[in-house]
Amino acid sequence: MTRIDQTFARLKAEGRGGLVTFITAGDPDYETSLSMLRGLPAAGADIIELGMPFSDPMADGPAIQASSLRALKAGQTMKKTLSMVREFRKEDQVTPVVLMGYYNPIYVYAVDRFVADASEAGADGLIIVDLPPEEDEELRPAAVEKGLNLIRLATPTTDEARLPAVLANTSGFVYYVSIAGITGTAAPDVTSVGAHVERIKARTDLPIAIGFGVKSQEQVRDLAAVAEGVVVGSALVSAIAGTLDEDGRATAETEPKLLGLVQYLAEPLRQRAEASAI
Amino acid sequence: MTEPLNTYRGGPDERGHFGLFGGRYVAETLMPLILDLERAYNAAKEDPSFQAELDSLNAHYSGRPSPLYFAERLTEHLGGAKIYFKRDELNHTGSHKINNCLGQIQLARRMGKTRIIAETGAGQHGVAVATVAARFGLPCEIYMGATDIERQKPNVFRMRLLGAKVNPVTSGSGTLKDAMNDALRDWVANVHDTFYIIGTVAGPHPYPAMVRDFQSVIGKEVREQMMEREGRLPDTLVACIGGGSNAMGLFHPFLDDRSVAIYGVEAGGHGIDVPNGHAASMTGGQPGVLHGNRTYLLQNDDGQILEGHSISAGLDYPGVGPEHAWLRDSGRVTYVAVTDREALEAFQLCTKLEGIIPALEPSHALAYVRKLAPALPKDNLLVMNMCGRGDKDIFAVAEHLSMEM
Ligand SMILES: Cc1ncc(COP(=O)(O)O)c(C=O)c1O
Repeated sequence: MTRIDQTFARLKAEGRGGLVTFITAGDPDYETSLSMLRGLPAAGADIIELGMPFSDPMADGPAIQASSLRALKAGQTMKKTLSMVREFRKEDQVTPVVLMGYYNPIYVYAVDRFVADASEAGADGLIIVDLPPEEDEELRPAAVEKGLNLIRLATPTTDEARLPAVLANTSGFVYYVSIAGITGTAAPDVTSVGAHVERIKARTDLPIAIGFGVKSQEQVRDLAAVAEGVVVGSALVSAIAGTLDEDGRATAETEPKLLGLVQYLAEPLRQRAEASAI
Repeated sequence: MTEPLNTYRGGPDERGHFGLFGGRYVAETLMPLILDLERAYNAAKEDPSFQAELDSLNAHYSGRPSPLYFAERLTEHLGGAKIYFKRDELNHTGSHKINNCLGQIQLARRMGKTRIIAETGAGQHGVAVATVAARFGLPCEIYMGATDIERQKPNVFRMRLLGAKVNPVTSGSGTLKDAMNDALRDWVANVHDTFYIIGTVAGPHPYPAMVRDFQSVIGKEVREQMMEREGRLPDTLVACIGGGSNAMGLFHPFLDDRSVAIYGVEAGGHGIDVPNGHAASMTGGQPGVLHGNRTYLLQNDDGQILEGHSISAGLDYPGVGPEHAWLRDSGRVTYVAVTDREALEAFQLCTKLEGIIPALEPSHALAYVRKLAPALPKDNLLVMNMCGRGDKDIFAVAEHLSMEM
């Protein structure tokens, strides 16, 4: 059992959905980002997605694009991202960390070395947005060997014919992308999302986390009713962006604002757990 | 150099790979679309009416075949190889880009798509897309980097006249790669009705093979025209490389004719030794994955994509089509780079000697012809792809030469 499996088992026992939070490693700078990362579990994050910044994030909307560029401008590298995970893991052996990003920085780092270093640093899973099942054979065996969960995205366009291929080598959880679009733009429609999630559940026992466009407590509550986890990303990095000074540097507001928002978004999930415990 | 292969025209494999290169590195939302596009394209290829319609449009709308012109004064001036220009700058809209757009819009119509999007750098592809969208009555949006909009104003105006919406792209560096990112983002959000006309032999499979097939009309015509003129095949081919579509169109029909020496000319900008000062991804880059395929890319040690630089907006792309990457590594095609300055000199030379104002893109090919031709024997038949005309570039050239307009 990986940390991700354990976390979903615990959430199930607690009778609640999990909050999956996305921030970009190194945004707005290494120290602030590490400090926020460390604060996420106490604020209510059950699983952490840590973005590996890339110059050309094709599947992301303006908020995450900007966050990625801020991190790169502040000097973030793959090495530093992995060292953030290592630092985080020294103090937290429970909260799963999923590294999320695009294939090129991994390919250039060297795939086997990346998988080994990520696993050694204490990462638990990988989401590589532009590495579909058709192209992942140069990474998958190494990830399996090191016990890293390879988490795949299923989308509204993933039809019945394709779903088995997407699910075949997925582990940890399935990330259901709630809209056909880029991150942080449209809001998901809970009814149609529910139908898609049912479709996926008919084919897998893996937990499902729903993401893309989640911003409010209501959405968290509604989506947690149909799946095991809810992912929030653009809303968080936008909150970070809103606190920066004119030169894009962190202020005293940055960390409290982010962690406050996480706490707020986690509330409906915690209340649900209390309600079902009674 | 590696061992010669039996054929260099067999790629890609069924998964879209050219050896190490190519493939389909896209987000899951696009994957079903790309598989669908591949099926539709394969069906169209088998349908004689598809090719017949394309042939007719090429002939009567675009003006094909384009002439194969003996550049007599340039040949005399350089004193070596016998130089021919393949005159694709005479096509409707002024470049080779129309060859591909006519093919893709026919496919879009077959697939029942009702909205067209595209990226553009120099604006030549954007103009060609806006043109075919107007011709077939489909709404069209073009993504163009804010930097490029500034340096290619005439083309922006042409697109607007043709009824296209031009969306300025400010993300990243505001050039071609960012325009392609935004076009991909649009496509992901509008998959149900939208057809994305990619302008070069890049992107995920099947685009590199499909765009190559539509552009191969260039090389096929050259074969016939040269047989007619000289009674034999050419000895040397030269074309400029941005993403590589005009070059692939000329080269592909000749790849298995081992007597034909083939040169692709990249944009050397300020010089290959100047960090981030050129757009020569094969001469000065490393393999990586961007925009749906693996190829040579301009990038730093951490896998972040660099902007690159070229005087020519159409060559200013940090990648190159994956089939070129494969042809480079297999040794079949020689890739070289020329600088901004050399291209500008060639631009002036051609204008004065031949009365042809070339685009800055083929001016790069011409700059290499200047180096190559004098050392070749007089009976060496050299064909350079004159893939675009220079009207769009006169403002930029005036500025570089400090001339008053
Ligand atoms: C006239 C002309 N030539 C060449 C290019 C570069 O593209 P490719 O290498 O795909 O032919 C462009 C691109 O805009 C162009 O306008």
